[in-house]
Amino acid sequence: MKYLSLILGNLRRHKLRTALTLLSIIVAFLLFGYLAAIRSAFLAGIDVAGEDRLITRNKVSLINLMPMAHQAEINRVEGVDFATHNTWFGGIYQEPSNFFAQIVVVPEQYLELYPELELSDEDRQRWLETRTGVMIGKVLAERFDWKIGDKIPIMNPLWALKGGDRNWTFDVAAIYDAREQGIDTSQMFIRFDYFDEARQWGQGQVGWYVVRVDEPDRAGEIAAAIDAVFANSPDETKTEPEGAWYQGFANQVGNIGFIITAIVSAVFFTILLVAGNTMAYSVRERIGELAVLKAVGFTDGAVLGLVLGEALVITAIGGLIGLGLAWLLVAAGDPTNGAMPVFFISVRDLLLGGVLILALAFIAGIFPARTAQRLQVADALRR
Amino acid sequence: MSETAMASTQTTEPRPGNELLVDVRGVDKVFTRGSETVHVLGGLDLQIPKGEFLALMGPSGSGKSTLLNLVGGLDRPTEGSVTVGGQRIDKLSDRKLAGWRARHVGLVFQFYNLMPVLSARKNVELPLLLTKLSGKERRKRAELALEIVGLSHRLNHYPRQLSGGEQQRTGIARAIVTDPTLLLCDEPTGDLDRKSGDEILDLLQALNTEQGKTIIMVTHDQRAADRATRTLHLDKGRLSSEPQA
Repeated sequence: MKYLSLILGNLRRHKLRTALTLLSIIVAFLLFGYLAAIRSAFLAGIDVAGEDRLITRNKVSLINLMPMAHQAEINRVEGVDFATHNTWFGGIYQEPSNFFAQIVVVPEQYLELYPELELSDEDRQRWLETRTGVMIGKVLAERFDWKIGDKIPIMNPLWALKGGDRNWTFDVAAIYDAREQGIDTSQMFIRFDYFDEARQWGQGQVGWYVVRVDEPDRAGEIAAAIDAVFANSPDETKTEPEGAWYQGFANQVGNIGFIITAIVSAVFFTILLVAGNTMAYSVRERIGELAVLKAVGFTDGAVLGLVLGEALVITAIGGLIGLGLAWLLVAAGDPTNGAMPVFFISVRDLLLGGVLILALAFIAGIFPARTAQRLQVADALRR
Repeated sequence: MSETAMASTQTTEPRPGNELLVDVRGVDKVFTRGSETVHVLGGLDLQIPKGEFLALMGPSGSGKSTLLNLVGGLDRPTEGSVTVGGQRIDKLSDRKLAGWRARHVGLVFQFYNLMPVLSARKNVELPLLLTKLSGKERRKRAELALEIVGLSHRLNHYPRQLSGGEQQRTGIARAIVTDPTLLLCDEPTGDLDRKSGDEILDLLQALNTEQGKTIIMVTHDQRAADRATRTLHLDKGRLSSEPQA
């Protein structure tokens, strides 16, 4: 701390240069934080996927349905605790841009499999008692200002009601929240009994199964056993861990993680050059002063530490302001007005930001710091 | 003190009886610049007793500053030994030498070499940052040093807000704040007008006579050298008591 006035004094030496460097670091970390939140949105589900949950779908493709009869056979596979089925509803509320996920489930079974969804006893009971009832996430409710008892009209290009009408109407019966960060609360869950009875075609057909296994360590073995049961049948299956399932969805958009990492890397490489250049100039223009420090007794290590300290202070100030601004922007809501299933900067990304601050400071500062460290005091004083 | 009186105190040999502080023996210093080798000092001997105010004179390039750097532990001899206060400093590691400088040497430069981004008080505090003193104690000592050099009214002024003489006083305060054994002054009046130069010399003389500081001062100015208790002339790497023809 006693060197802080010296470090801050040096940063105030060229206010415009320091301000511009600071600004570039702020922008880099703002971008990092914001892109991290977008990445979390695209990869929603992967991080919070249950280790004890598998997904079994039709081997041909996700859009091919499977018989409900598979459920009983899956439940008989050794190591399976129990399975439930889900079906993609795929309706449109008012206009396609209002997209949100709608999944048809068996309520009791689904809530049993996903204890991370927080639901009051009252809402749970109401949903179980309302055949046309839906359970919606908190973010979805806030997005469209829906409340318990509201009627939600959904037009569905996939599933028609008996008689051909494609306009379904549901009642908001329950609103769920997440017990942990990263859980998608932008979805709508429809009761299977009502859906199966009301739909025009496809009775007894479902989209995919969620399977809970007794021992997560044996998940791979159990997945293979499930697929073996349906091998050479008209509806062969492909079973994979829930995390891989979500990753598959994300990959349909592209390798989001790679794209974002590439953008952030390019930005940080540029900032590294900017910060490194600033530090190099800063050291070069005060060789004499650094020599004086050594002359009055500062060791080579102390001078190295001072220059690295300067790099750390400017990077830390810029990085923390940038991350703080990103946090505020992300807290203000996602840019799609609720279409992203989750939108937050995870603790892991904040820690990564901290590591990036340290790495940027070290890499930008180490070369000029080494120059300062190696400075021969008598030579430098003669210049 | 008049110039005549000052001149009368000058000797060419160390005062007998005083404890030896600086003992330079058989020192060579060779600089290599590319393919060129420059012999700056050759077989030089110098003994300086404690409490002496020694002026080193000589033409440019004669090796005065090099000798000062060797005695101050800022550079190492190519051959020979430099002993200060009984410590063979040319054999110390870089780290130990830095620590030794911090404890035993105060440096005053021709162009002051103050940190432009720090106030006078913070500049004077710089050498104290290397000690374990508290912030309050550092501040107190820096203020005392500035008071000694007559700048207690300029504590929070930055170098750009000070005159040349005031900047050099700040430099002297920085040099004495750790209460060093030895003050090394490299042309301390070289960048000052006559009045300011005289004030600085008065100050150095007071530090020598009243506080017993041993001072080695490099200068081109005979008037400055006249303030010293002994003057040596350095030319072509050799010391003598008289200017060489």
